[in-house]
Amino acid sequence: MIQIQNVSHVIGKSPILTGITTRIPRHGITALIGPNGAGKSTLLNLIARLTPLQSGQITVDDVDVSTAPTQELALKIAVVAQQLGVSSRLRVRDLVAFGRWPHHRGRPAQRDEDAVDQAIAAFDLQALQYRFLDELSGGQQQRAFVAMGVVQDTDWVLLDEPLNNLDMYHAKELTAGLHAMSRPGTERSRSIVMVVHEINYVAAWADHIVALKDGALVFSGPPDQVLTEPILSDLFGMPIRVVSIDGKPVILHHM
Amino acid sequence: MPDRRLLLLAGLLLAACSFFLFWGLKGPVGFILELRVVKLAALLLVGAAIGVSTMIFQTVTGNRILTPAIMGFDALFLLIQTLLVIVLGGSAYIGLLGPAKFLIETAIMMVAAMALFSVLMGRGRTDLHRMILAGVIFGVLFRSLTAFFQRILDPSEFSVVQGAMFASFNSVDTAQLALAGVVCLAAFTAIRPLIRALDVVGLGRKSAIGLGLPYDRMVLGLLALVAALVSVSTALVGPITFLGLLVAALAHSMMRTHRHALLLPAAAMISALILVSGQAIFERVLRMQSTLSVIVEFAGGMLFLYLVLRGRVR
Repeated sequence: MIQIQNVSHVIGKSPILTGITTRIPRHGITALIGPNGAGKSTLLNLIARLTPLQSGQITVDDVDVSTAPTQELALKIAVVAQQLGVSSRLRVRDLVAFGRWPHHRGRPAQRDEDAVDQAIAAFDLQALQYRFLDELSGGQQQRAFVAMGVVQDTDWVLLDEPLNNLDMYHAKELTAGLHAMSRPGTERSRSIVMVVHEINYVAAWADHIVALKDGALVFSGPPDQVLTEPILSDLFGMPIRVVSIDGKPVILHHM
Repeated sequence: MPDRRLLLLAGLLLAACSFFLFWGLKGPVGFILELRVVKLAALLLVGAAIGVSTMIFQTVTGNRILTPAIMGFDALFLLIQTLLVIVLGGSAYIGLLGPAKFLIETAIMMVAAMALFSVLMGRGRTDLHRMILAGVIFGVLFRSLTAFFQRILDPSEFSVVQGAMFASFNSVDTAQLALAGVVCLAAFTAIRPLIRALDVVGLGRKSAIGLGLPYDRMVLGLLALVAALVSVSTALVGPITFLGLLVAALAHSMMRTHRHALLLPAAAMISALILVSGQAIFERVLRMQSTLSVIVEFAGGMLFLYLVLRGRVR
């Protein structure tokens, strides 16, 4: 479980997050939603210790992220941030293999190679694995970065807009894959925390939702409680219709 | 088994070295050879220092344009020298013992470079354009400040500084060379265990921290090593501005890899190769009628342009 206690964050003079307190449950997919500039990425980066914590406390399975050694955290939390720079001399397979670094510290063994093979197969990257990263499209790069996060083999995987640039097919495959690996009781059950804008993916696949607006927590809870017309309309500041198809909420926001 | 391309480079370098040592050898053989060996050692040392420092610097800053020299690291070194002459006076400056002076200069240089980078990288790191701009402006600032201080120097004291201003392998002090060798060796020994971690640093700050690398501490250490290597090479022969840029681009386009275990030796050897063959042409073909940096930067610049236009350098 991730516990976020009274976390505030300021960049320059503008407050980004104000007094966030919430919990993110172990197992399943937790979606961070909210309009642009709500502080979703900042919160994710704080949990992943990519941004130093200014005030408050964040613990992941009772480990304090601001004091635990970064090496130790890398075996517990994997993170796929947004807009990662791509070096031109890196092949897809090399990038994915970097996900094993926390386990071998530069000396990969056979089981590391096996894990990389598995991840490459799971993310449909076989045909691309020996291509240079800067020769690929944004969506293909995105899949490689997610594969790198998953191959790190951690309890927690944090993703900042993993569906960015993906086509319909790959967006659905990726989400379904993440969903499958986050079921409790499976052999290697992970907990996924991701920032998502595609609200219907949240409706279809998320187990828990944390909604932010203007740096404050608006609502957190299971999808059927959060994905209602009043909450969503207020959150995004526009009229939103929610209908039910085959028993699942479908959000109509584009018409 | 070592990489084939590295073996090829090593072979070329060996050929260039023997060419430099034995071509046109006549007269008192022992005496001339001794002179040439000292010069060759300096060339190899400076080449390796510039190649490795530029490669590490570019990995740390995540860019392929900026080098320590373009950022004015060597201008900073000249500024320190000039200020030392002003503060101590020319005679006292010369009176400083060789090794002591060298070590003091290197230490000041490392501290100054790290201070500069902590300021520059604190916020600007994520913004490459701003960092390059700031870097180039700092370079100009250091050069202008140096020029200003040199203008207010006494002419006799100016001549003391002048010796350090131009790249020259013709007056290498053996005591200084030995010391430079020790500093270089120490820096390379410190870099060796970090080679694998450098690959991770190349992924950028976010990915590196995510993979459990104590990134900020590591970068500071690496920049200190870069500063040490730049001071060594500048102290030994003076500034060679564009060699680093050229070498890093050549090493990248030749090795086509992200692995520093291959990139660093390649950069060191390419850089030494360019210097040794440049100096050989300068001495034997042009009969000293130019300066080494003109040859290196002219020939190297042409090669670089060719590669850029052919799309080989990215």
